[in-house]
Amino acid sequence: MNELTRIETTLKDWESDQEVRWCPGCGDYAILKAVQRTLPQIGADPANTVFVSGIGCSSRFPYYMESYGFHTIHGRAPAFATGIKLANPELDIWLVTGDGDGMSIGGNHTMHLLRRNLDCQIMLFNNEIYGLTKGQYSPTSRQGTNSPSSPLGSVDRPLSPCAFALGSGARFVARGFDVSKKLPEVLIAAHAHKGAAFVEIFQNCIVYNKDRFDDFAVPKGADDTQLWCEDGQPLLFAGGTKGISLDEPNCTLKIVDVVDGDWEAAHVAVHNTKNRGLAHMLIDLRITPQFADFPMALGVIYDDPRPTFEQSVIEQNAKAAEGKDANLAKLLGKGQTWTVEG
Amino acid sequence: MATLAAEKQAGQTAPEAVVVRFAGDSGDGMQLTGGQFTLSTALAGNDLATFPDFPAEIRAPQGTLFGVSAFQINFGSTAIETAGDAPDVLVAMNTAALKVNLPALKPGGLVIADSGEFTKRNLDKAKYDTNPLEDGSLAKWDLLAFDISALTLEAVKPFGLGNKEALRCKNMWTLGLALWMFDRPREPLHQWLKQKFAKAPELAEANIAALNAGHAYGETAEISGPLKQVHIDPAETEPGLYRTVTGAEAISLGLVAGAQLANLPMFFGGYPITPASAILHHLARLKEFGVTTFQAEDEIAAICAAIGASYAGQLGITSSSGPGIALKGEAMGLAIMTELPLVIVNSQRGGPSTGLPTKTEQSDLYQAVYGRNGDAPMPVIATRSPADAFECAIEACRIAVQYMTPVMLLTDGYIANAAEPWKVPDPASYAPFPVKFLTEKNDGENLLPYKRDAKGARPWIKPGTPGLMHRIGGIEKQEGTGNLDYSPENHQAMTDARKAKVDGIANDIPAQDVCLGEEGGKLALVGWGSTFGPIHQAVRRARRKGLDVSHIHVRHIWPLPANLGDLLKSYDKVIVPEMNTGQFKTVLRDQFLVDARPLNKTSGQPFQIAEIEAAIEQALAE
Ligand code: SF4
Repeated sequence: MNELTRIETTLKDWESDQEVRWCPGCGDYAILKAVQRTLPQIGADPANTVFVSGIGCSSRFPYYMESYGFHTIHGRAPAFATGIKLANPELDIWLVTGDGDGMSIGGNHTMHLLRRNLDCQIMLFNNEIYGLTKGQYSPTSRQGTNSPSSPLGSVDRPLSPCAFALGSGARFVARGFDVSKKLPEVLIAAHAHKGAAFVEIFQNCIVYNKDRFDDFAVPKGADDTQLWCEDGQPLLFAGGTKGISLDEPNCTLKIVDVVDGDWEAAHVAVHNTKNRGLAHMLIDLRITPQFADFPMALGVIYDDPRPTFEQSVIEQNAKAAEGKDANLAKLLGKGQTWTVEG
Repeated sequence: MATLAAEKQAGQTAPEAVVVRFAGDSGDGMQLTGGQFTLSTALAGNDLATFPDFPAEIRAPQGTLFGVSAFQINFGSTAIETAGDAPDVLVAMNTAALKVNLPALKPGGLVIADSGEFTKRNLDKAKYDTNPLEDGSLAKWDLLAFDISALTLEAVKPFGLGNKEALRCKNMWTLGLALWMFDRPREPLHQWLKQKFAKAPELAEANIAALNAGHAYGETAEISGPLKQVHIDPAETEPGLYRTVTGAEAISLGLVAGAQLANLPMFFGGYPITPASAILHHLARLKEFGVTTFQAEDEIAAICAAIGASYAGQLGITSSSGPGIALKGEAMGLAIMTELPLVIVNSQRGGPSTGLPTKTEQSDLYQAVYGRNGDAPMPVIATRSPADAFECAIEACRIAVQYMTPVMLLTDGYIANAAEPWKVPDPASYAPFPVKFLTEKNDGENLLPYKRDAKGARPWIKPGTPGLMHRIGGIEKQEGTGNLDYSPENHQAMTDARKAKVDGIANDIPAQDVCLGEEGGKLALVGWGSTFGPIHQAVRRARRKGLDVSHIHVRHIWPLPANLGDLLKSYDKVIVPEMNTGQFKTVLRDQFLVDARPLNKTSGQPFQIAEIEAAIEQALAE
């Protein structure tokens, strides 16, 4: 995010004249709408907003936004974003990537953008499959995924994007899913974070990996399967009848029953977005087999800003230039010189 | 060119030029010694060229043959264009250095060797059965062997250094002797040592003592015969202010100048690689010139970040060597497709794969001209020498911003590391080419991001500009609007437009000149890049003998100058000497249907003048 004057826009102002070409029913449509709904809420300026993407279904996103957009090459969007932001720190950069683009071919760049803490929002659409290339298993596909390239089921173990992000030094990690009403809230928080804000968005690829996330992302039973994390609030789910508590002897998390809403009595943990250790535990819930019965942690899981990369670069550049005369003629004639008389 | 050995044979005393090679273990500080000797040579007003030749290992095991590091300098009172074929003087700081470098030494040349290093152990390491200093095997040459190690230890004794540290001063002792030999003042070296060791004055004093001792040894030692003082007159040069410059420095400075002439801040994305890193190092110290340097996580990120910066309105630059350039290929294609300016510097080295990281070659020409997927035309410029690199870097920046295209600037390991005197240019003498960004819609009510100007270039539109929001990317664009368009007619039209734009640059570059000789004749030698020196000298020598041969040196590799085809056809024969297996030769044959013949060398060493001279004579004798 950056602190420029708020611009009044509507959702319509963010729709480009390009025909949207995702498969009918693709989760990407819902994310597009959520983003177009979010930007007016944060007062973003289309002229100052840049969507940068790599390659994949998700990476078509910039074409559909009435802002500046750069559809780059497979996996490299973070590197382009770095150059753009260093060249003009005033720009508000949204990076759109997918599980293949951002975690496989571009994993290295995602890692380094996060550790450097470049100020931008990263939306990683995780559909656990390669869509654009017609359905091969991806680095987030669950073991045993049947696909054209794994007809006997994939044998690779998947990675967790949020664990990857935290491990890479991310200072903001959040989760949402395509059709969630709360997605704009998560995006607003990501935008408010100064630095690299990593948002994993579970996305339904209805053609190649249909309803992959139905075990928690459908309205039916959502209460029991979704844990919306909110800073300073108890980690409650199941309509407040259950909570997440620290299992101290085992140094892990456990589910506790909350009776009559008295979560304190049940020792339900209070979410603290600056607690990195807690973040590490929350992102594992429901994903790691040991926590399969837990709800999926969603919302802002971690948010603890520190100075951004571009800020540090700019400060260092300014300091290095301080008091120095940028005279090219002088520079060329530097060092040990001699004069040949005419 | 008269040389010390030749002159000596002729009984003369004032040679025009001398070639000296300092060789030692990679830990002996030979590059430093050579560098300082170069500076003193430049200060003495001689023209010069150098050739640093060092092993790929940072610290190869001591005393081994592959750990030998050498620095050759050719200096004289006439124009010097190469580091010289064969040295007149070889300074061998250890046994292995003698073994490796002796074959290059001119017959009758002088060997100065540290006899203290010729121990049984070192002889074994260098694979000598008997001591060459004693077995008469060096009879072809003049030999001066004395225990430089012991003399150095003696000289620095008062400073109480440990044995290892004391022996490190050996290179300064040798430099002192060399300064005496060529009649040079020691004062600048004293100043330099004091500065270098400002934090450890005792080291400065010890090194100065060693330097003085070496100098005094030459002056007073009772060595008659081979060791004589030689004075080389200053070269006749254009009046003005001079300095020495390496190719890496000159390119960095040229890029800074280019960005200034374009009126843009510069963004440089790099990743460590030999021998290209020197450019990143130089630029990292020039932040006050609006330079941002970014050491990326890999070669791909380095170019992508540079393209990102160009997209956002700065002059994006990236640099690497062959293997890194290969990694950047896909991103170059994107810069071609999105028509964004970018300069890519390739410091070529021996290939393929890791190849010979510290040795020189010109084998990335195909990669530069053709090495991308799809029809992806890109201008390529090749620099011929350290001083020329400055101009070429400016030219690369100009073409990049005026034509909205990536441009590759080819240099090589030899140019990057070699130093030569450089007449300091006046930045005001270069015509500025300030960039104008598009700030308003360019088609009435509409914005056409791919509307072309007379040069075929599209407008440069910075994100952040109100009202000009648009999307670009690697998918084929519709003419004018830049919207996605896969239609057959459009792809044909856009492919043609990209090609026409780059082809058109041929009309915006100087016509090809003949740098030595005449237009038309029996034979032309056509070179590009760092072969300039040896080709030029060889042609000069041949012409002195009355042979009809001319030298053409091509800077613009792609597109080629518009008149080059006709020019080549005006000669009976065309030979293309290059340090590869004939890449430019193939391009010329393809473009002009001329019978260009190859003269190739891929040993990782620059051409020798004699090799090219022989080829000229053979071609003209046929
Ligand atoms: S393939 Fe899947 S992810 Fe891609 S557009 Fe279709 S539904 Fe969406």
